[in-house]
Amino acid sequence: MSLTLTAMAESPVTSGQRHPGSSSQTPQHHPRGPYISVITNRTTNLVIRGAMLFSVGVFLALVLNLLQVQRNVTLFPPDVISSIFSSAWWVPPCCGTASAMIGLLYPCIDSRLGEPHKFKREWSSVMRCVAVFVGINHASAKVDFANNVQLSLTLAALSIGLWWTFDRSRSGFGLGVGIALLATLATQLLVYNGVFQYTSPDFLYIRSWLPCIFFAGVITMGNIGRQLALYEYKVVQEKTHQD
Amino acid sequence: MTLRERLREKISAAFYRHGLLCASYPVPIILFTSASILTCCYPLLRLPLPGTGPVEFTTGVRDYTIPSHEPQGDLGEQPDWYRGPPVAYIQQVLVKAAVSPWESSLVPVDVFRSPLGRVFTLLEEIRNHVHSDSSGMRSLEALCLQVTDLLPGLRRMHSVMPEHGCLLVSPGNYWQNQRELFDSDPDLLKTVQKHEPKGLHTSATLRDLLFGVPGKHTGVSHYSRKRVVTYTITIVLGIYDARFLGSLRTRLKQLHPSANCSLREDHMVHVHFKEEIGIAELIPLVTTYIILFAYIYFSTRKIDMVKSKWGLALAAVVTVLSSLLMSVGLCTLFGLTPTLNGGEIFPYLVVVIGLENVLVLTKSVVSTPVDLEVKLRIAQGLSNESWSIMKNMATELCIILIGYFTLVPAIQEFCLFAVVGLVSDFFLQMFFFTTVLSIDIRRMELADLNRRLPAEAGLPPPKPGPLRMREVPPPPRPSPHTITLQAPAFRNLRLPKRLRVIYFLARTRLAQRIIMVGTVIWIGILVYTDPAGLRTYLAAQVSEQSPHGDSVGGGLPPHLGVAAVFPRDPTSTLSVLPAPEPTPLPENQSQGYHGPARADPHPQVPPSVPQISWGPEDEEGWRRLSFRHWPSLFSYYNITLAKRYISILPVIPVTLHLSPQEAIEMRHPQDTRHPPPTIPKVPADLQTVPADLTLYKVAALGLAAGVLLVLLLFFLYRILCPRNYGQNGVPHGRRRRGDLPCDDYGYSPPVSEISPLLLRGHSMDIECLASDGMLLASCCLAGQIRVWDAQTGDCLTVIPKHGLRRCSSGGCWDQRDAWDGMSGGVDLESPDGREPSISGDGLSEDEGYPLRRRAAPSRPTLFNDQPDLTPLIDTNFTSQPPSHPHPATPPREGFDFGGLVERAYMEHEPPSPSAYPSPSSVSSSPPMGAQLHRRRSLGDAPAPQCQERASAAVMQATPDWDSSVWALELRGNLIAAGRSSGKLELWDAVEGLLRCSNEDGNSGITALAFLNNRIVAARLNGSLDFFTVEMNKPSGLLQYRGPPSRVNMPPSPCYSNEDMISCQLTRSVQCAHQKPITVLRAAAGRVVTGSQDHTVRVYRLEDSCCLFTLQGHSGGITAIYIDQTMVLASGGQDGAICLWDVLTGSRVSHVYGHRGDVTSLVCTNSCVISSGLDDLICIWDRSTGIKLYSIQQEVGCGASLGVISESLLVTGGQGCVSFWDLNYGDLIQTVYLGQSSDGQGVRQLVVLDNAAIVCDFGSELSLVYVPSVLEKLD
Repeated sequence: MSLTLTAMAESPVTSGQRHPGSSSQTPQHHPRGPYISVITNRTTNLVIRGAMLFSVGVFLALVLNLLQVQRNVTLFPPDVISSIFSSAWWVPPCCGTASAMIGLLYPCIDSRLGEPHKFKREWSSVMRCVAVFVGINHASAKVDFANNVQLSLTLAALSIGLWWTFDRSRSGFGLGVGIALLATLATQLLVYNGVFQYTSPDFLYIRSWLPCIFFAGVITMGNIGRQLALYEYKVVQEKTHQD
Repeated sequence: MTLRERLREKISAAFYRHGLLCASYPVPIILFTSASILTCCYPLLRLPLPGTGPVEFTTGVRDYTIPSHEPQGDLGEQPDWYRGPPVAYIQQVLVKAAVSPWESSLVPVDVFRSPLGRVFTLLEEIRNHVHSDSSGMRSLEALCLQVTDLLPGLRRMHSVMPEHGCLLVSPGNYWQNQRELFDSDPDLLKTVQKHEPKGLHTSATLRDLLFGVPGKHTGVSHYSRKRVVTYTITIVLGIYDARFLGSLRTRLKQLHPSANCSLREDHMVHVHFKEEIGIAELIPLVTTYIILFAYIYFSTRKIDMVKSKWGLALAAVVTVLSSLLMSVGLCTLFGLTPTLNGGEIFPYLVVVIGLENVLVLTKSVVSTPVDLEVKLRIAQGLSNESWSIMKNMATELCIILIGYFTLVPAIQEFCLFAVVGLVSDFFLQMFFFTTVLSIDIRRMELADLNRRLPAEAGLPPPKPGPLRMREVPPPPRPSPHTITLQAPAFRNLRLPKRLRVIYFLARTRLAQRIIMVGTVIWIGILVYTDPAGLRTYLAAQVSEQSPHGDSVGGGLPPHLGVAAVFPRDPTSTLSVLPAPEPTPLPENQSQGYHGPARADPHPQVPPSVPQISWGPEDEEGWRRLSFRHWPSLFSYYNITLAKRYISILPVIPVTLHLSPQEAIEMRHPQDTRHPPPTIPKVPADLQTVPADLTLYKVAALGLAAGVLLVLLLFFLYRILCPRNYGQNGVPHGRRRRGDLPCDDYGYSPPVSEISPLLLRGHSMDIECLASDGMLLASCCLAGQIRVWDAQTGDCLTVIPKHGLRRCSSGGCWDQRDAWDGMSGGVDLESPDGREPSISGDGLSEDEGYPLRRRAAPSRPTLFNDQPDLTPLIDTNFTSQPPSHPHPATPPREGFDFGGLVERAYMEHEPPSPSAYPSPSSVSSSPPMGAQLHRRRSLGDAPAPQCQERASAAVMQATPDWDSSVWALELRGNLIAAGRSSGKLELWDAVEGLLRCSNEDGNSGITALAFLNNRIVAARLNGSLDFFTVEMNKPSGLLQYRGPPSRVNMPPSPCYSNEDMISCQLTRSVQCAHQKPITVLRAAAGRVVTGSQDHTVRVYRLEDSCCLFTLQGHSGGITAIYIDQTMVLASGGQDGAICLWDVLTGSRVSHVYGHRGDVTSLVCTNSCVISSGLDDLICIWDRSTGIKLYSIQQEVGCGASLGVISESLLVTGGQGCVSFWDLNYGDLIQTVYLGQSSDGQGVRQLVVLDNAAIVCDFGSELSLVYVPSVLEKLD
């Protein structure tokens, strides 16, 4: 989170950063400093955004995994570090890659559909969204539910509530459902092939609340990705004006 | 729908009334709110403090029954966790064993070998104990807690802890409960020591677990003074059977009677363990808190336009927090005890309740009109947002209600808290936050008033100031052309982020405080987690080390240097030391030998017969263990004790007395080979020295580490923090650059010498200024246009020519060869007599007189620049304060002539039915912003009375000298001048000839734009005229002007003298705006107009078609900026700045930056710079619309702005121009334009291409080169 925080703290500044060196250049010819031009460069921007989303995804995966592990763990886990990395090493990178893809996909689809997302586009709302997402995970890990159906229903309601509170776009909903189903399918395949298994599967070898968590995660990452893309959008818009 | 509307109205009205109430009685309401918060939080005092320590509850053994699951209300003191059966019952058998009587022949190992050996028989006894009565036979196997498997992570424990069957723990576990292993173990201590963890370990060690008593109490060591071995056999029972336990107790007591034992056996203690927060659990918690803080940060960042941003942010956070506390308090009051972990759900509660309402409220209140009363502003703001607030709250309540019906207890509880929290949050918002906001806004207005007082109220106190200044020149004012720094208080510094972080750290002494807080917390944790604090730790170290040192086998006492010379072979009788020491005796010799205790000449220290005494401390020996003893024991078997309890039964005391014979029999052959206990020469120190030395060592190590840490932190602190952090004014390295004009040693670097070049020639104040980079055209109030070379400052042309003078009666022009000073006299006596001074002096002053001629000493200095008015105006007006300026004129700047001129005008002219606007009418309906308007009133004074004649005598292509020039543009060698009569004239800049004129419109031209071959003129009546300049070339060649230095000038059309130039009205947009057009800008093929009717319109230059009408301002437009990159910024009288997308006509951003009009706007590639009537210059990020920083200027300084390069900003002030570094907000230099800076504000400022700036300075023009920028440009 610290990474994202610094990145977020930097991003408003960097886009507005002026370089002392640029005074030596004639303003007509080289109006932008090197950094700005890097930011404006589309691919570089894409890579930066992707990296940020990736790190956010990895971080969230580690933390949330810890939450899940914690539930069945002893009072004194012998080693904290080992319990953080207790799951297979490939899980966090996978989550990171997935979140980067989702975070880049959302603004892309928005621009393709031609309906830019304008609902609550500010960082405080994004932070709220992330907090609610962590809260949903927390609830799924810590709260004792009577049965799994209840747990799944509650989580589904919470996820839909998350979407309604922070997204409210049809494309976001569709993409979220689609990716959630795909991810569940992938997990199912992995479980079938014995790559890993759940301690207490309740539905066809997997946990039934998994799609809800996936859906909430997709919405959250999409929210972050859209917010990040906002900076690029502004810079690029400015550039087209200049050209 | 109507119901909804009605509801909405009602809510709005209620909020309005409430806002009035809050703003009217702030103090009582805040007191009331605080009282209610405290009342609601009062029940919180009864809640137990959060902690992880176990809680105990004692019941009697005799009438013990397993508590039921249902809570029983009648048992008052019964804690709520005491429900259901415990996890386990703990029955400890406390064994105290000693070899008695002690014989000197015994070796130290004998102290514990045989007593420990007896544990196996005891175990046997316990395991085989069977109680049989009428209900059947019961053995331990049936009652004990059956464990299945150790945790897989505990491989090293496998050999020690029981893996299957009964959880029965005793020291015998070290040897797998097998006597044979014990007997064959050559070194018992080593076996015990083997399993001890290395390093500091505060939780229970294996040794504690197996022995059941703290390590130092076991007596299993070579140095045991009491020679009593204490250990326990811990039986963990799953089922409580009083009769079985009773029979076991009697049986054991019977077998091993304890003579003087009087332990109470009637109490059992139930210990409840709270949920422990490990680091692993902390990580998600910390993450949620980080997210929470990020959320708060990003939310409060949006608060703007208030007096104290941080104060309001704090109030917002306080509102949310206290509402949470209130909700917990209320829930407790009504009997809903919180069972959730408060720390965990707290961030989610904050996020659910949210800071949004507070921010929305602030924004809405702030965006109400500034000039309203505070009460009304609050009320309006509240009622504006009432509907959305209520809607949001209803939605959230609905969501929470849905959550309540999930019927999951935890979620239900969360929802309950959230509901109460939401309601109390609403209450606090309405009462607490609104009131705080009203106080804040009132403070802001007060501060505003104070700051503006000199300018606004300024009748008696400040006005005489500048007048009197004349007599007493201000001492600190340096010689002209030097640079002084503004007072640092007026500057908001812009620093790089890195530096700002460090300064922030330094300013708040953050490092210091963090160190302090960290130390305190660390100490607190130490004291808190370990019941015995550091003592236990040190003691554990000691007891751990002493046996260890011995068990190595070499017999070297570890901590004594002397020990090296001790005999290695204990059996040897040879003694290296001369001191008489009892050598260990052979086994056969020891029998019957009754000497003083071996190793101890002091008889009183170890009694020869070890006393086994039972004291009250043995009653609950487990208390001396770490409170993590039981949780860790159970955690080995994956049983958590968190939020559960165990019941500890009274101990069964067992006393064992072993005969020396027995001890010797049990010896292992190697035992005797162990060294005798070390006997130093000073025997008194024997026992104390090693322990003390260890203590000292540990203490010294700790001290050294502490000192090192402190030193390290100190260095870090020094590196991070500048030395002068405590001082005010933030002096730092950055500032050095700004200080450069004159440092302490009087040295001023030569590069900073910027000397303005004064262009003199105009007789009156300069009204219009235009430049195309190479040429400079200026027009003064007298209607004279001068053309200057922008590089050298030479005056190229004067229009009208000197010889051209007006025939006063005919209104035509005579050509004369030279000007004569007499004409002034003639004009002064002109028969009209109305306004003889204007035109007359305009000619008479022409280059003839020294510009700053001294007036009569009694006269104020202000009128030196306007000598033409002085003869006419009553000269004794200095004695009377200028107390009645024109009411409508803005009283901001310097001295206002409007009233005086108007008075003169009224005196000299009888009221005539003039169709033209009189100055007062112009004043009352200002066509432009305040600045322009004020200037207009000056220029208009001569205009109206001349109009009559002018309109009568006007001819085609005849210059109209009677109306004043309101707008001036210069392109190529053509000067376009728009006059108040509505006439557009085109002059040749080089020749000074009138090339053509157009008088299609008769409303005054307020603004002109000249782009390519098109001229756009905005008129006073709101119409917009597009003209096309066409030339008919006799030669057919378009030629460029000659001088080689001007080759690289922009390709503007140049017209040769032979061309016939015509100017035709191509299109006239009659009602471009409803009200007068105030601003007109053209760039990139677009013409943008701003008007008093709050709108901005964008026209295409080619076909003069209106592309967009941009609406978004709530006041007249006062400033517009557009450049080649199609960036359009507009500022209005509402203090708002809008950025527009010219391509789509959409609003990119909208910020409120100023209180009062935005007077000027400039954009660079990355930022937008605006100045306002509030003397503030704000720098905004162009892409995000975030305010980067602002510069507070002196009161009453000019509002002109210019950007020289991407990072250099120039502003006009009172008789000076200031250069600013845009990157950091640093003032670089202030250049004074004249000797006497007598309140001549710089009103117009033009930045030329060659990095020079031109500004008006009274009747002079000032050309300032910026050398540093020049160098960089080259």
